[in-house]
Amino acid sequence: MNDQQHGSQLIIKKPRRGVHALLQLISPFLGLAIVVLIFSVLVPEYFLSSRNFETVAVQSVVVGLGAIGMTFVIISGGIDLSVGSVIALACTVTAWSLDKGASISVGILAGVGTGIACGLANGLAITFLRIAPFIVTLGMLGIARGLAKGISQQQPIRVDPEASAWFTSDWLLDKDWLLTAPAVWLMIVLALLSGFVLRHTAFGVYTVAIGSNEQTARLCGVPVRLMKVLIYALAGAFAGLAGVVLFGRLGLGDPTSAMGMELEIIAAVVIGGASLAGGEGRILGTFVGAIMLTLLRTGCNLYGTANYVQEILIGLIIVVAVSIDSLRQKRS
Amino acid sequence: MSDVRKRFGGVVALDGVDFEVHPGEVHALIGENGAGKSTLMKVLSGAHRPDGGQMSLGGRAYRPRGPEDARQQGVSMIYQELTLAPHLSVEQNVMLGREESVLTRLGVIRRGQTRELVRSALVRLGRSDIKLETLVSQLGPGDRQVVEITRALVGQARVVVLDEPTSSLGRNEITSLFDAIRRMRDDGVAVVYISHFLDEIQALCDRFTVLRDGRTVGGGEVQQTPANDMIEMMVGRTVDTLYPSAKRTPGPTVLDVSALQGRPRPRLASLELRRGEVLGIGGLVGAGRSELLRVLFGLNPIQSGQVRLAIGSSDSAPVELHGGPGKRLRQGIGYLSEDRKEEGLALRLPVAINATLSKLAKRKWLGRLGPISRRRIEKDTDVLRQRLAIQSTSAWQRVEQLSGGNQQKVALARLLHHDCDVLLLDEPTRGIDIGSKAEIYRLLNQITDRGVAVICVCSYIPELLGISDRVGVMHRGVLGSVRDAHEWTEHQILEEALVGPASEVC
Repeated sequence: MNDQQHGSQLIIKKPRRGVHALLQLISPFLGLAIVVLIFSVLVPEYFLSSRNFETVAVQSVVVGLGAIGMTFVIISGGIDLSVGSVIALACTVTAWSLDKGASISVGILAGVGTGIACGLANGLAITFLRIAPFIVTLGMLGIARGLAKGISQQQPIRVDPEASAWFTSDWLLDKDWLLTAPAVWLMIVLALLSGFVLRHTAFGVYTVAIGSNEQTARLCGVPVRLMKVLIYALAGAFAGLAGVVLFGRLGLGDPTSAMGMELEIIAAVVIGGASLAGGEGRILGTFVGAIMLTLLRTGCNLYGTANYVQEILIGLIIVVAVSIDSLRQKRS
Repeated sequence: MSDVRKRFGGVVALDGVDFEVHPGEVHALIGENGAGKSTLMKVLSGAHRPDGGQMSLGGRAYRPRGPEDARQQGVSMIYQELTLAPHLSVEQNVMLGREESVLTRLGVIRRGQTRELVRSALVRLGRSDIKLETLVSQLGPGDRQVVEITRALVGQARVVVLDEPTSSLGRNEITSLFDAIRRMRDDGVAVVYISHFLDEIQALCDRFTVLRDGRTVGGGEVQQTPANDMIEMMVGRTVDTLYPSAKRTPGPTVLDVSALQGRPRPRLASLELRRGEVLGIGGLVGAGRSELLRVLFGLNPIQSGQVRLAIGSSDSAPVELHGGPGKRLRQGIGYLSEDRKEEGLALRLPVAINATLSKLAKRKWLGRLGPISRRRIEKDTDVLRQRLAIQSTSAWQRVEQLSGGNQQKVALARLLHHDCDVLLLDEPTRGIDIGSKAEIYRLLNQITDRGVAVICVCSYIPELLGISDRVGVMHRGVLGSVRDAHEWTEHQILEEALVGPASEVC
């Protein structure tokens, strides 16, 4: 009797699991398809133009880069609320160093280094002071933003157009022989690389293991603390790089830029199928999530939707994505 | 291991244990709940440090600095709560923490090598049917155990400890697990097998050691020892005279449970609870006793079966139970969780709030939004403090500052304040001092005199017999027949808890 019951339970559950896994895999694409569909109907002439898709690609780079780093953090069971502020800080620092006469490469290094420093600080506070990631990175959200304003003395740093030309045009403008801007390619290459790291290296397996069952990871000899520090530093590096790209887009170091971007970035990761409880997440999903959000923004702009409506929409999408995630958790 | 000792504060957990296990044998470690089995194994696996005694492994002194060190020296512990990462594949779980040996210079994992290692270990266990790419979250509990064992094998474990591995497994899974354990034994691994189920021990193990009250009290060859003798060694003590035996005269039935099945447990439970009696439920930890109480209190869902409640005047029709704890409380059923720190009490709040929480506001609906009289709460609490002899400086002392016994009394005080007709108590005397225990026994007598009916889950058999009017024993989710306490002997209760009711012996 009991065995029979067990058997039938298995039969019922197995396909359901398969369907679930499949849904989880394709739901980001589904979301993307829906957004594309809606705007192709609403504003077909602009939305479907190749010009628009190029814009979307370039615009999604900042959110996309931040989201790749965030994917590692979220898979490991953490969260990084400071990413928006860190992007702004990196953007400001890059502008500041160029303004002080730094070369292109030094400018990039300054931006990325700033991100890594913030990430390291996050990771160290989380592991050695044993403070919840939520709190630590909320603190960093304020600190990084404050630093950015301090460095720039509350004014956007305007850089001599010649000094910043490489960032604003070489980097971000379409190159015919490349199909799209180099920055977009950079994002794609980094996404592919991250996907590989996540799947095929000890670093990636450890990241998933920590998010899946931290206790187990520790018991198996995974260097949990070191891993966490590295993961937050990596996320910081991505945020720094995103800041450098943002500087190129703005053409100046604006300390008040990327305000609230952490929400968009976290949303991209969650839409991509990551679980805020840790252990689950895909770089490809994140990538799709980032593009979907950017499409939504540009689509709304083209349609003439007011800015505040866009913000409400993105807020709603985050809530929906997270509630789908928590429903999934409950099931399993 | 010889003469191993361990104490926690004032409690002596291990008081001179001798234990040895040879390569190529499965050695059973048995004893009642709290006999010290788990503590001993935690010492062996490096989770606790012993206060005294010697340990040696393969002829050399063995002093693990922690679980990781113990694993490196070849001692692997497989806990009841499995330690796998559900989001990783079988292969990734087995190799977790051992990737260094199979990395390329760029830090990429050589899949070919890991696959070979894990597959050959699975073949050795006779479980080549487990696919390496399957996520652990999709495996059943039995296969997860096998993954744990595989992990131990790949890590070249010399001693593998299994702590009650079958408690959540079905028949087929057990057979397949045993097969894997035997193969591991034949490979020359020393296996320590902790279990309460004597039938399993007889089927699987070569030798056994019995622990009681933190001491080794016996052991031998499994084949040459009848189950009866093992039980005798496990019980082996006299009944305490701590329990105030009161004459109780039970009244009419208040709670009628028939063929109740909960999710996931109990599998089957029927009982009739009468006014003014204590019905004791014995059995092993994990047999489904707590789940039975939780189902009755509406915390776990009912799968099938009926529960009828007849409180109030005798002519009112019995009500069927449905809904959650809030409704249950209004119907006059109170529940004391086994886990008072997590579920039973708000530790940071004062005694007064804890004791009156379920009945803070006497009014209903919108009236509940009204102010609560601090003075009334304090007055109520003072009455309760006196009645239960709760030692606290005032009604407003925080519960976390009280001793375990007094905390438990506060939890009970809430049930009294609520004026319940039926109390469901889960291990009400666990982890508290003797004085508080006596106080709680006295209280039980007091409330049953007033016609309150009590179901009490209790692991310590003398206590179970001492406080209950009638006793039923649960075995693997099934509640056996309920009989008068004086018809039971300790031996019979333990036997039914270990191997099931006499009619169902396997």
